Amino acid sequence: MQTETKASVEQISDGNGGRVSVLRFSGDISSSSHDALLGTYETVSKSEPVLLDFSKVDYINSSGIALVIQMLMEANKNSQKIAAFGLTPHFQKVFTMVGITKYASLFPDEAAAKASL
Amino acid sequence: MVNLKGKPVELRVPSRMGYEKVAMGTAASVAKLMGFPDDRIEDLKTAIAEACINAIEHGNQLNENLCVGVTLSSHDDSLEVKVLDDGAGISKVPPKPDIDRKVHGEEDARGMGMFLIQALVDEVEWVKDSKGQGSYVRLVIRLDKESD
Repeated sequence: MQTETKASVEQISDGNGGRVSVLRFSGDISSSSHDALLGTYETVSKSEPVLLDFSKVDYINSSGIALVIQMLMEANKNSQKIAAFGLTPHFQKVFTMVGITKYASLFPDEAAAKASL
Repeated sequence: MVNLKGKPVELRVPSRMGYEKVAMGTAASVAKLMGFPDDRIEDLKTAIAEACINAIEHGNQLNENLCVGVTLSSHDDSLEVKVLDDGAGISKVPPKPDIDRKVHGEEDARGMGMFLIQALVDEVEWVKDSKGQGSYVRLVIRLDKESD
């Protein structure tokens, strides 16, 4: 019943000579998404900012949110900036409710997220 | 808007992760028929998903021989949902999650389901069967609540 989480990494320019890693997710974000989220995050440079693209994610549950928090734990240890975009208004509300916005800003689209870095 | 009062919708889903989406879809269909706005339907879907996940994982301990029951009862201005499992129920609702403690590894990153349920619906109660034969969570979401 669960839709597999797919993840890919894209390197883009930050527009100021630096690089940004964009982690693009699709499918469900749930308890079975550990490798897709944390495994993919492990592959990116910890010295560059990271954008999380949720624009092709339909379903996120509390176990999936916990994996996002684990990613934020790692980023926090490395003083790495993380921002997210593409969440539906409902999941923007849910992320705000649990406090994620304290550690990762949320933006409606990639351009706005990139401009914040 | 369709008057569904007095005609509860009941379903049983296997205690397997992912089947909470069956309950979500059914609840969303009923809420849509009742005239709930889209944002409240999204709240309902997340609350029911979390209630079912708790029932599957904690109540029924992922035992696929057990089912999770879901009953959707329409009232004039609200939808009442019961999610039933064979577990002993909870003795205490956990405290609100603390994102700082979670990010610093001082609190389990998980454990937000019950908080989300409480935050997204208008009423919630966790009830143990008086004979010790299972438990259920009862949620109520009102039709006339103003959108956030």
